[in-house]
Amino acid sequence: MSDTHAHAVAYVRDTMLPQQPPPASEAGAVKWMRENLFSGWFNTILTLVAVYIIFRLLSGSLPWFLGGIWNADSLATCREVLDGATGGCFAVLTERWNQLLFGVAYPNDQYWRPTLAFVLLLVAVAPVLYPKAPRKMLIFTGLYPFVGFWLIWGGTIFAPLVGLLGFVVGYLLFKQVERQSFAGGAALAVVGALVTWWAGGFLVGAAEGVIALEPVPSRDLGGFMLNLILGTVCISLSLPIGILLALGRQSDLPIVKWICVVFIEFIRGVPLITLLFVANVVLAYFLPPGTNFDLVLRVIIMITMFASAYIAEVIRGGLAALPRGQYEAADSLGLDYGQSMRLIILPQALKISIPGIVNVAVGLFKDTTLVSVISMFDMVGMIRGPILASTEWNGVYWELWSFAILLFFVVCYSISQYSQWLERQLQRDHR
Amino acid sequence: MSAQTQMKVSDEVAISIDKMNKWYGTFHVLRDIDLTVYRGERIVIAGPSGSGKSTLIRCINALEEHQKGRIEVDGTVLSSDLKNIDKIRSEVGMVFQHFNLFPHLTILENCTLAPIWVRKIPKREAEETAMHFLEKVKIPEQADKYPGQLSGGQQQRVAIARSLCMKPRIMLFDEPTSALDPEMIKEVLDTMVSLAEEGMTMLCVTHEMGFAQAVANRVIFMADGQIVEQNNPHDFFNNPQNERTKLFLSQILGH
Ligand SMILES: Nc1ncnc2c1ncn2[C@@H]1O[C@H](COP(=O)(O)OP(=O)(O)OP(=O)(O)O)[C@@H](O)[C@H]1O
Ligand SMILES: [Mg+2]
Repeated sequence: MSDTHAHAVAYVRDTMLPQQPPPASEAGAVKWMRENLFSGWFNTILTLVAVYIIFRLLSGSLPWFLGGIWNADSLATCREVLDGATGGCFAVLTERWNQLLFGVAYPNDQYWRPTLAFVLLLVAVAPVLYPKAPRKMLIFTGLYPFVGFWLIWGGTIFAPLVGLLGFVVGYLLFKQVERQSFAGGAALAVVGALVTWWAGGFLVGAAEGVIALEPVPSRDLGGFMLNLILGTVCISLSLPIGILLALGRQSDLPIVKWICVVFIEFIRGVPLITLLFVANVVLAYFLPPGTNFDLVLRVIIMITMFASAYIAEVIRGGLAALPRGQYEAADSLGLDYGQSMRLIILPQALKISIPGIVNVAVGLFKDTTLVSVISMFDMVGMIRGPILASTEWNGVYWELWSFAILLFFVVCYSISQYSQWLERQLQRDHR
Repeated sequence: MSAQTQMKVSDEVAISIDKMNKWYGTFHVLRDIDLTVYRGERIVIAGPSGSGKSTLIRCINALEEHQKGRIEVDGTVLSSDLKNIDKIRSEVGMVFQHFNLFPHLTILENCTLAPIWVRKIPKREAEETAMHFLEKVKIPEQADKYPGQLSGGQQQRVAIARSLCMKPRIMLFDEPTSALDPEMIKEVLDTMVSLAEEGMTMLCVTHEMGFAQAVANRVIFMADGQIVEQNNPHDFFNNPQNERTKLFLSQILGH
């Protein structure tokens, strides 16, 4: 043996080994189960316990689902039909379907409007969510807020048109002056837009009822529609505001920085529910008496502020994670602040921040149910109030809450799956 | 410093630095820097670590702010006016030790970004220019890849091409080869040599003394934030005057 050792020190390979398939082993389900479920006595016990629990859950709930009653006009009728057998009373969902989705007060013959708005919303977000969708669709995305507003709230078409016009005027003014001075352009744009809206207000007042849909006041909105409206509006507003806050917090201008820090820290330091109470009650104190400052708008402002503070912190983390070299490279090429942020820094920082932003977005969407506490009839408010309190359906807890849970879960899980898909799409640097 | 005038390549001044001082907090990094760079000159800056070489060339394109003295680049005086700074930066190319390519953009987009947004050149034209320079640094076939898919040497050549696409009149290099494996150093140095042969005004911080001997008109030696010695490469390497220079050269060439 010692002989071979001496020879083994110097070694030259004279034949190269060909590739070989990995060793075949017992395949299929049996192997998988042995490795993953029964690999030791502890694991085996865990598996058996889990199987037992799953069995109990299913044997308890399946008959309830399968034996459910979908057609009845009250809990009493349900019980009669069931006649002692196990089964859920899902008839409450079919009977109160429209209320769950649109609230009590939305005019019945106008349900097509929010439905259409929802379908159009899917079209509008497509180009934002799928980078490969045709860019032309972004025009529709830009118009959607006005279309959606008109469909849901109704009234004369001139209201959203004037709103749109204000933005167009502001944009055109900005483009005129941008070359000379960015800040000047921005200021001029704001003034231009405000003047347009102010002047347009008279037009809208005069044109009441011209090319109009039946107006629906904000307090008549309700059901899952209200959650969706609050969720979409607040998420789409809080992202840009959050970006601005995060950039402001990094700014070299002390006043800007200070304002952003105070805002973020304050908002993060208070519970959302208190902000909602403020929106509900206290804001009214500060407004001149008689002004009717839309409640939904107030709630949107509060939730948006809340979410944007969190998003700002998430994005700040993304900004901090970028190497200094990226800023320096952008600077050294002569890009100005706006360009280097928009083209270099933010695309990378936002990509890093996706999981955090989605986290905030999902949380925000679920938090929209808190408005039920300030007596708005969103999905949760609907169930707690008008439905459970009605004589017909008093006591149908399981069915209603399971439905609400399912609906929210579907939306939030989709958002989370989408974000993971997006992260994979953006996976570019192989490091 | 009379030697400086003998070595000039043209009478036109590209960069003039006059009694420039810089502090980091209370730490005096650069002390009374006087330096005139003529158009077409290739200057190599050497010196021990921490002597302020990077800081000096970063002051030239205002990545760092100087507190005292005067810097004039291409006829524009560096002040805190953002317009001046952006103008100078678009005339001065810079290559970093760690490449600093934009990882979310393709090689081609890396090269066309600044021409399109800063110079307002049409996209098609910018892409043609970019391909021209990518061919010059010998990697046109990588144009559609992302930086993360390239080797270090290739990335650094892209970084050089990216700067060249802005058609700069001056190029600054901050240790462009010191993050690279030995076999990649040569490909980057070759690119720099060919750039020098075309008459580009270049300021290079580098420890590649072979490069200095081959292409530099002037070698500047810095220590403790000051210019300690400057001379043409031949005299600098064969006949250093200052003790610090001798010590440095013996360390860097000695073994
Ligand atoms: N941002 C900063 N804040 C404080 N001190 C700094 C900063 N950057 C550099 N310094 C200090 O300034 C001095 C000069 O740094 P500089 O990077 O210019 O050196 P260098 O000559 O390029 O060195 P090296 O060869 O290691 O790159 C060093 O002592 C360094 O510690
Ligand atoms: Mg350095």
